[in-house]
Amino acid sequence: MSEIRLQGIQKRFGGNPILADINLTIAPGEFCVFIGPSGCGKSTLLRLIAGLDDASGGELHIDGRCVNDVPPAQRDVAMVFQSYALYPHMTVYDNMAFGLRHLKLGKDEIERRVRSAAESLHLTALLDRKPGALSGGQRQRVAIGRAIVRQPKVFLFDEPLSNLDASLRVKTRVEIARLHRQLGSASMVYVTHDQVEAMTLADKIVLLKPLAGQEGVPSIAQVGHPLDLYHHPKNRFVASFIGSPGMNFFPAEVSQASSSGLQCLAGTATLQAAVNASSQQAGAVVTVGIRPEHVQVGEGSLLGRITHLEHLGEHSYAYLETGLSPAPLVVKLAGSSAAIGDSLRFALPAASLHVFDAADEALPRLAASLAAA
Amino acid sequence: MLPKRLHAADLAYYLLLPLVLAFSLYPFAYAIASSFKQGSALFSSDFWPKVWSAANYVAVFAEQPFGQNLLNSVLVAGGVVLLSLTVSLLAAYALGRVQFRGRGVLMMTILGVSMFPQVAILSGLFELISWLGLYDSLWALVLSDLIFTLPFTVWVLVTFMRELPRELEEAALMDGAGVLTVIFRIFLPLLWPAVAATSLLAFIAAWNEFLFALTFTLSGEQRTVPVAIALISGASSYELPWGNIMAASVIVTVPLIVLVLIFQRQIVSGLTAGAVKG
Repeated sequence: MSEIRLQGIQKRFGGNPILADINLTIAPGEFCVFIGPSGCGKSTLLRLIAGLDDASGGELHIDGRCVNDVPPAQRDVAMVFQSYALYPHMTVYDNMAFGLRHLKLGKDEIERRVRSAAESLHLTALLDRKPGALSGGQRQRVAIGRAIVRQPKVFLFDEPLSNLDASLRVKTRVEIARLHRQLGSASMVYVTHDQVEAMTLADKIVLLKPLAGQEGVPSIAQVGHPLDLYHHPKNRFVASFIGSPGMNFFPAEVSQASSSGLQCLAGTATLQAAVNASSQQAGAVVTVGIRPEHVQVGEGSLLGRITHLEHLGEHSYAYLETGLSPAPLVVKLAGSSAAIGDSLRFALPAASLHVFDAADEALPRLAASLAAA
Repeated sequence: MLPKRLHAADLAYYLLLPLVLAFSLYPFAYAIASSFKQGSALFSSDFWPKVWSAANYVAVFAEQPFGQNLLNSVLVAGGVVLLSLTVSLLAAYALGRVQFRGRGVLMMTILGVSMFPQVAILSGLFELISWLGLYDSLWALVLSDLIFTLPFTVWVLVTFMRELPRELEEAALMDGAGVLTVIFRIFLPLLWPAVAATSLLAFIAAWNEFLFALTFTLSGEQRTVPVAIALISGASSYELPWGNIMAASVIVTVPLIVLVLIFQRQIVSGLTAGAVKG
């Protein structure tokens, strides 16, 4: 099958390390999403797999074969570009057939493959049109069709939805997920900066950190199942990147630490966290984090005053002024009945707290907290 | 406020229009009018001939191998266009889309070639032509005309080639296309407006070229039309056959006008619309 294995991949532009020490295996049939803030090199990593850029170091294996020196067309990969990159002077049919003609396939086989791809992407009526006469969503489907007809081992998507409007984006997202189930054995590597796309599509998320090379750490901040990254971020960077709105962070001083829990003082409040804190000692400074959706509002002993509200219909986000830290605490409220200036009672459940040590590495959350979350 | 200003602009437009038209069209109208005049009518003060006569046109072809000269011009100008486009398309890909050291210097050198006046390189070029054994052959003209068409076509095509989206080339690369396929199957159709414009200008330049054509050809059968026209002579050395010269000039200009009219419609850009997101 088509396993992709990256070993110690590096990429430098000029003297600047963009990607450092990438070790990653993408299993056959897996849907893998590269995500990260802009400048983290996620597109560059995709282009390395495609063969459009050369790695400065390390080895890339597709299907057990080292493809470092194999030209893009012979890697058995197909790419869907962000701008679609359709050939404007060719019809939709020719756009899809162009690559097949270079594969020296018979005319009938080309015809058959293009027709069946067009069928599944609802492009049959448009085969004689040129890209200029298509809408954005149709062009995007042609670009996907051009990849499908090659029947590659690996599909590469470079931010394929970023040029579509919001409603079409959701539709196409579902379409891509369906396509992945349909194609079964082919792996998909998908680059995006949109974490909703990443969370909904991925079997495996690869979160890349910008400028990692300059700090001398590997570019990959964390690899795992979407929920794994959500519940068990390895460090503060991952915790702050995954989830929207982002996690609340505030500094705290450890008062008691053991392998079964941690007690700390944040501002004026004493907090309990269900983490393995055996590495910490009383008096150490840590960062405590909690997601807005995990703050329990309406109970508990802590008090906050609403300074700002964001109504989203079904729920709202409130910015609370609290005694925990000078920065506002963002919490999720059901409905939209709250008003600015209201005082709210809230609790920070021990099972929902994340704790990061002085080096911003996460302390392991206890098994009990997994069940609670 | 706005209508008044428009009014002034309109006025200036209609005042200047006849001036510009008269200045650019008068010489040509004069040539057409003269070409249909016969004998002493050429020296009368009437602009249009009283009696229209096509005798000059017949004489042009009868008194010298003008048909052959026309064919020569077509061959030379056509050859120059074909060669300079092929070479400059390949060069434009290298210079416009491949990163390599010394690219800027190379571009400047190419431009520098076209800076020397023709007269300055004439004698040296003559040596080269005779050394290659091309003297009095049309190939001598094709070769030397490339000197001034190539820098221009290369520069124009490099500029256009640079602006084609990179992802288009990469998509073709992923599709297994080689460099030549990318250039001729993907880029050429997209560059069509630029190619049409540059070919037209290269064609006109080669068609009108005089100095090289005069120097590198000897026999009447190898002459191109500008030289042939300049060397049209009358019955005696004291007579200049204005009628024939004007008729020949009109004949030579008509193909250019036709070409411009044809290509004018082709030179519509916007073909790249749809290549990238819309």
